[in-house]
Amino acid sequence: MTPSSLKAPTLAIADLTLGFRSWRGYAQVLHGISLDIKPGERVALVGESGSGKSVTARIVLGLLQQLKTARISGRVEFEGHDLEAIHPAERHRLRGTAMSMIFQDPTSSLNPVFTIGVQFHEVLKRADANLTYEAAADRAAAILAEVSIPDADRVLSAYPFQLSGGMNQRVMIAMALANEPKLLIADEPGTALDVTVQAQTLHLMRQLVEDHGTAVLFISHNLGVVREFADRVYVIYKGRIVETGPTEAIFADPRHPYTRVLMEAVPRITGGGIPEIEEDAAGFGDPLVVHEEAVR
Amino acid sequence: MKRSFAILLSNPMSVAGLILVSIVVLSAVFADYIAPFPDHRGAVVDFANFNQPPHWPNIMGTDLVGRDMLSRILYAYRISLVLGVVVLAIAVPIGVTIGLAGGYLGGWAEYILLRITDVFLSIPPLVLAMSIMGVLEPTLINGMMAVTAMWWPWYTRLVYNITRAEREEGYVLAAEVIGASKLHIMFREILPNCVPAVITKMTLDLGFVILIVSSLSFLGLGVQPPTPDLGSMVADGARYLPDSWWLTVFPGLAILVAVFGFNLIGDAMRDVFGGDQ
Repeated sequence: MTPSSLKAPTLAIADLTLGFRSWRGYAQVLHGISLDIKPGERVALVGESGSGKSVTARIVLGLLQQLKTARISGRVEFEGHDLEAIHPAERHRLRGTAMSMIFQDPTSSLNPVFTIGVQFHEVLKRADANLTYEAAADRAAAILAEVSIPDADRVLSAYPFQLSGGMNQRVMIAMALANEPKLLIADEPGTALDVTVQAQTLHLMRQLVEDHGTAVLFISHNLGVVREFADRVYVIYKGRIVETGPTEAIFADPRHPYTRVLMEAVPRITGGGIPEIEEDAAGFGDPLVVHEEAVR
Repeated sequence: MKRSFAILLSNPMSVAGLILVSIVVLSAVFADYIAPFPDHRGAVVDFANFNQPPHWPNIMGTDLVGRDMLSRILYAYRISLVLGVVVLAIAVPIGVTIGLAGGYLGGWAEYILLRITDVFLSIPPLVLAMSIMGVLEPTLINGMMAVTAMWWPWYTRLVYNITRAEREEGYVLAAEVIGASKLHIMFREILPNCVPAVITKMTLDLGFVILIVSSLSFLGLGVQPPTPDLGSMVADGARYLPDSWWLTVFPGLAILVAVFGFNLIGDAMRDVFGGDQ
């Protein structure tokens, strides 16, 4: 791979704000988010429910822009191109080819009335509209082998409800990477699965994105998973990034008061309960803490 | 497919429905060959043999101008079935499309489409059909139009409710993310999930359409003489009850068989599709 510093970042978000206007008034959701992801880098966005993790992902994919009540400002650049400036048809073409996404619940993310093979065909047709089903099945089998599904024929002819959650999750990962995207957005992948299966699939996903050089925006509230998976972490609280830095640096030395509280809010096997996180506790509004990139 | 048949055949009520519907459909299709007096479907008179109780060869008796009741009932089935199929063939695509659009697009589209549907639903169906038939000429085509106009809103409601639930499913979001168009999501992703419910309702409705068309004919607003129709046959015979009982009882039983049969099949469909999920 070429040195990442020479290339434009895969994703660069600068001063992104989002608000929703309704008849009741105006609700500000994001207060100026800035983050960037270099090619092939795995970046985690961590925060509690309602902190603005998922809406950030949806803005990147261009799903919220269509909403009439949403007010968005700031810049979102994908491989050096401003997503607002490029033609909507162009932006539409990026989705599913250069960018893709994995969701929380793999089983409900697949349509129950079609076989996996048919759905794989649909996904691959995004990149090559004339692809036949047979050719798609061959491509799918190769990708499924990479996610440790050897009997591709059986899986491709199965319906989603005939497969286990872990199988579906692996199918979803294979589909998301089928068109060799530059950016993969993973919105709490596998939260609906049990912990062992989740760990297994995350391990697979980590290996795959490493092999394919895919950049990942990993959205999660699970610090243990983030520590395993990500190169760099952004901690988000109430629509603001409060701390950012390399994963080891943040876990070794959390400096922002909110990050410290978040790290303590993990259930321990020795018991003792989970500490309460107060709303707007003193210090949570502190300015952004940036850990310098370690010199390697 | 095999499993569906197994479910169908394991329930005696479904088998009964299957038999009744087969009788109705076969007699409609092969009326020309089964009917003892095929020409009695038209304007034929035989005053030497009028208003006779069941006897050989008129096993269901003869009507007021001497026509064979059995022959006329067989041909009436043909008209009823064609009417039912045509009405559903027009009403279902309209209703389903509006329901999908309202349920998936949301916002103003949902508001406008569903309120129009509510206007149609708020008028009692028979009254709506009667008023349309009253304004227009009472012909077969107008009868179909009137019944169609009162039928599509039910499919809109049914599909709208399913679509509202499916819209929140992950696979719809997944399709949006990979860049599928709105039409693709409506017709290729969500519609296949509505098909079991729609087919079940269509089977049930075939019986009800026959009943409604008969009701309109009974009121003199449907199929016009001399074309045989179950509803108008019952209406004509009702004046001669109880003496000439065969004029009403046999067409009435014919309606019962058709409606009951399609209802049983509809219930069976629900079992078959319910077992799949």
